[in-house]
Amino acid sequence: MFEIDAKDKYYRDLNEEVRAAVDSGEKDIRLKNVNGQYYLATGLRGKVNITIEGVPGNDLSAFMDGPTVNIKSNAQDNIANTMNAGKIVIHGSAGDVLGYGMRGGKMHIRGDVGYRVGIHMKGVKRQSPTIIAGGTAGDFFGEYMAGGVLILLGLDSPEESPIVGDYLGTGMHGGTIYIRGPVQQKYCGAEVGVMETDADDKKVLEKHLKEYCADLGLDLKEVMSRPFKKLIPVSSRPYGNLYAY
Amino acid sequence: MNHDFQKDIAGCGLTGLISKKRTRVSGAIIAKSLTLMTDRGNGLGAGYAAYGIYPDFEEFYAFHIMYDVQSARFSVEEYLKDNFHVEKVEEIPTTPVPEIAINPLLVRYFISPLKDKVTGSGGEEDFVVNVVMKINSEIDGAYVFSSGKNMGVFKGVGNPSVISKFFRLDEYEGHIWTAHTRFPTNTPGWWGGAHPFTLLDWSIVHNGEISSYGINKRYLEMFGYKLSLLTDTEVVAYLFDLLIRRHGLDVETACTILAAPFWKDIDDLDPDEKEMVTALRQTYASALLNGPFSLLFGHKNGLVGINDRIKLRPLVAATKDDMVYMASEESAIRAICPVPEKVWAPRAGNPVIVTLDN
Repeated sequence: MFEIDAKDKYYRDLNEEVRAAVDSGEKDIRLKNVNGQYYLATGLRGKVNITIEGVPGNDLSAFMDGPTVNIKSNAQDNIANTMNAGKIVIHGSAGDVLGYGMRGGKMHIRGDVGYRVGIHMKGVKRQSPTIIAGGTAGDFFGEYMAGGVLILLGLDSPEESPIVGDYLGTGMHGGTIYIRGPVQQKYCGAEVGVMETDADDKKVLEKHLKEYCADLGLDLKEVMSRPFKKLIPVSSRPYGNLYAY
Repeated sequence: MNHDFQKDIAGCGLTGLISKKRTRVSGAIIAKSLTLMTDRGNGLGAGYAAYGIYPDFEEFYAFHIMYDVQSARFSVEEYLKDNFHVEKVEEIPTTPVPEIAINPLLVRYFISPLKDKVTGSGGEEDFVVNVVMKINSEIDGAYVFSSGKNMGVFKGVGNPSVISKFFRLDEYEGHIWTAHTRFPTNTPGWWGGAHPFTLLDWSIVHNGEISSYGINKRYLEMFGYKLSLLTDTEVVAYLFDLLIRRHGLDVETACTILAAPFWKDIDDLDPDEKEMVTALRQTYASALLNGPFSLLFGHKNGLVGINDRIKLRPLVAATKDDMVYMASEESAIRAICPVPEKVWAPRAGNPVIVTLDN
């Protein structure tokens, strides 16, 4: 375990220290007393575990390609922008615009998430990103979603209360959203179809949620105990012929 | 061509605090919170609004005035002496800092309007508003930073820590503070363009852009306001003055007007509420703020935080004992309150309204 005390350190200096530690072969790095430093784990590659104590600043794990980042508290905005591989586990809540253009890897959040989560996520074949949030989400969840999986659990909400905001999946043209709670069509984008889940969906959910529960110390059976709604785009490749005439 | 340059992408940053029990807090505290977000700005503007800092002069309007040219001071003081009893005049204490090579002259006045000068139904506050408008728009090189009672604004071109040091902020104690670091986009970075923007004791700090500025400006001009500070945020301060002080609406209703619900959501309200919100949107269509914003609105009785209706700018709130904090980033709150009792992100368009205890 390689420790770095981040107290009152400027974000550039802290990131330089982290990168130097990764370059020298450290595999397990703990950042203590973090508060607001931007760009942590941004652009990092390879197999390395980074544990963050305190609230990391915006643009965490942008373009990240491989590392695992474990955050013990809340996190802020713009996490996992264009992230390619690896995992982010957040034990608290997180802010807006999570996983913008995310193209691979996983983000597991215990608490609530803000607006525009999973905006423009994309995936092809085996390269498929996943975001799972345990609490509620704001508007524009899965906006312009092109691939991957978004799961919202509402673990702290009563069964019938809404757990996601307006404009759900607006502009969605790929990927799948699972909501463990009620979904009203009027709050969904025009392209979104709301379906019941079947046995195949259950398998997908169990696979993702087993790892999520292990990361955050939750009971899978409890998490699977409520029905999920499945949201997918009902018009595939709506602009496929745009330039084809 | 050299491509090896570094570019910081940033937006403005704001932070504020209020002690509901009116416990006064040093300016060094809010400066610490704002300084954590220094990189959200670019050094072209930072500022602070403080309430409760002049208890010895709480009966008097405290005018903080910036002068670009010495001659403007003579014109303003002549005008003030004709219309006000002037209790005290002094230059605002500052400390030379290397980052500020040239600064405008900054003077504060504790004044009260002469009784025989105040005419009309608007009373003393209308009179003071007219004086502020006259100075800002008619006296070249003079700009009123603030004009409320027992409050004041300290702002200029510089980073949060530089402006705080320059104005010796640690020598003031207030029970409400708001603060702002600026990244000017559409309008110039100058001393008068730094936030907060104020009128009487209304103060605004703002992250974002008021796209409806033109409509709002023309609307305000119909009520005699003069928009002279070259920055969109100015309209927000005057709109609150119009809606709350002159039209007698409460803070919540004013917020409903500025960040009105979408028509599709109004359709879903119960009939009474639907009728009320519809009437507000129709009556005050030109007061609607469009575009991305998060803003803090300070006034003598409290602090309000509000977002635009689709949350295009960040805002986080937290509580601890009788303190409420609001900022662009949670870390800016934790810099001065490491373990809050509750932390949350207010929903788009839903104001957080905090009022001082009686």
